[in-house]
Amino acid sequence: MLLVVEQFLNGLQFGLLLFLLAAGLTLVFGIMDLVNLAHGSLYMMGAYFAATFVAWTGSFVLGAVMALGATLLLGIVLEFTALRHLYGRDHLDHVLATFGLILFFNEAVRLIWGPAGLALPLPSWLAFPVTIMPGIQYPAYRLAIIVVALLVALLLYLGVMRTRIGMLIRAGASNREMIGALGINIKLLYTLVFGLGAALAGLAGLMQAPILTVQIGMGENILILAFVVIVIGGIGSIRGAFIAAIMIGLIDTMGRAFLPNLLRQVLNSAAASTAAPAMSSMLIYLLMAIVLVARPEGLFPANRR
Amino acid sequence: MKSQLNVSTLVAVLVVAGLVLLPVYSNLTGNIFILTLFTRIVILALAAVSLNLIMGYGGMMSFGHAAYLGIGGYAVGILAQEGIGSGWAQFAVAIAVSALYALVIGALSLRTRGVYFIMITLAFAQMAYYVASGLARYGGDDGLTVYKRSDFGGLINLGNRVQFYYLCLFCLLAVVVLIWRIVNSRFGLVLQGLRSNEQRMQAIGFPSKRYKLACFVIAGMLCGLSGALLANNTDFVSPAVMYWTRSGDLMVMVILGGMGTLMGPVVGSVVFLVLEEVLSQLTEYWALIMGPLLLLIVLFGRGGIMGMLGRLNRG
Repeated sequence: MLLVVEQFLNGLQFGLLLFLLAAGLTLVFGIMDLVNLAHGSLYMMGAYFAATFVAWTGSFVLGAVMALGATLLLGIVLEFTALRHLYGRDHLDHVLATFGLILFFNEAVRLIWGPAGLALPLPSWLAFPVTIMPGIQYPAYRLAIIVVALLVALLLYLGVMRTRIGMLIRAGASNREMIGALGINIKLLYTLVFGLGAALAGLAGLMQAPILTVQIGMGENILILAFVVIVIGGIGSIRGAFIAAIMIGLIDTMGRAFLPNLLRQVLNSAAASTAAPAMSSMLIYLLMAIVLVARPEGLFPANRR
Repeated sequence: MKSQLNVSTLVAVLVVAGLVLLPVYSNLTGNIFILTLFTRIVILALAAVSLNLIMGYGGMMSFGHAAYLGIGGYAVGILAQEGIGSGWAQFAVAIAVSALYALVIGALSLRTRGVYFIMITLAFAQMAYYVASGLARYGGDDGLTVYKRSDFGGLINLGNRVQFYYLCLFCLLAVVVLIWRIVNSRFGLVLQGLRSNEQRMQAIGFPSKRYKLACFVIAGMLCGLSGALLANNTDFVSPAVMYWTRSGDLMVMVILGGMGTLMGPVVGSVVFLVLEEVLSQLTEYWALIMGPLLLLIVLFGRGGIMGMLGRLNRG
């Protein structure tokens, strides 16, 4: 019971982080029709910025805010200098160009921060366990991640569903040409959306940083997961991304935690302990394949015609 | 019609001539390294050429093509480990299993299109990656050393550098010719028709999915061959050859050289891998140059190197 609750919360926390990453990705994908493989690099940059600024200022919150601003700025500069010229091109061009950007970012990080990873220490005011149920304790920092991510998800939902800019974003997702024809400054909207996506990715990176080490290539593995999320959720759909992200987070975490024991009842323990990690890594891809075979446009296709 | 020297044809001929004469150069100068490098280039060019068949001619953007490299490699590695050293058996199994895998994932993936197709092929390749990581008997994550190269009796000795290079080059050129024949056959024309307008082709009465699936399977088999050669080249196979960045590398080679052109992928592989090698000797931070270079090629060099040469030709 204790383990189940703990793993459930871990899964929820991972899922919410994935959502922050996937939300930016699905917006950029849905609105600009841009496949941005470099989104994972922005996640990595967020973590590196945070580790640097926190060490510099000595305050976690101040460092995090600065890192967030820096990722936002980086996203806008990136959109302005490179990605803007890719809109309307073939998806393959996007893949190639942003693949190049991944190489660039990884190498730039190696040049600036060195090949060894950085560590971002847990803020001391969050480094204690919280008793969430009688007898069950959970780290306060992970709870804080859940709270912050839920808050951001709520803000994003309200922003997209209730504000004028949100309306333009939704309109852009369903018909790009039309909102341009109606006199909306699409270029500005695009830059804004990209910056927002970058900031969300940076937020995910900097929040994850104290739990994992900050290292080169940390963006790539999670990027693939974020892509799985938006494909399952339906490209361009924030709601789909949210549901799919929680699903993936829970399945991945719970699978890793409980699959070895389940397998051990079927196979001998040696075979089970080697097969289990591989099988639990496969679970989410299996889920994605099943979803795509059953519903080729994802669970919540945004621009259904 | 005025006969005119076509720049892209000239480049293609020069590349092939260079590849054929390379061992001579290596022998004369005693530069063994260049032969090792180019053996790898030729093998990966074969994979890129097979990817070009589905991407360039079939219009199917597969982001999971490296899976076949792993399947071909593991076929060689696993059979060698189990005491079956015959190259005929190993290569036949490599190609057959690749075909089977392509048939299954192709049948499922072709239900989707566009970005979803890119992602589902990626998902299947990642699954193959994790299956390989879970093969504890065959090295798991650490990979599997191939202690003995495929044995083709007295016909050819894969342990000999030059013989092995020419075997790889023969395979590459044979596959290029095969693809040339395919593309210009009725089957290939239907395929290219499907790429330009699938609905119209269906309306004329072509069963589009069957044609695409056949193409997908052929490409998978050819890449499986490349994987079997790759395992022989490195004497090693590990899940890393199936990782998604490797699929990305293959896509880059195809697009860099020129998608949908016969020799484009070969030129692209040579340029990409030589550039990687040269830049990495120049500076430790080679990717700092390579990354933006890719971006510039996409922004300003539409149609890849072959496309640029074609424009040069027209003036």
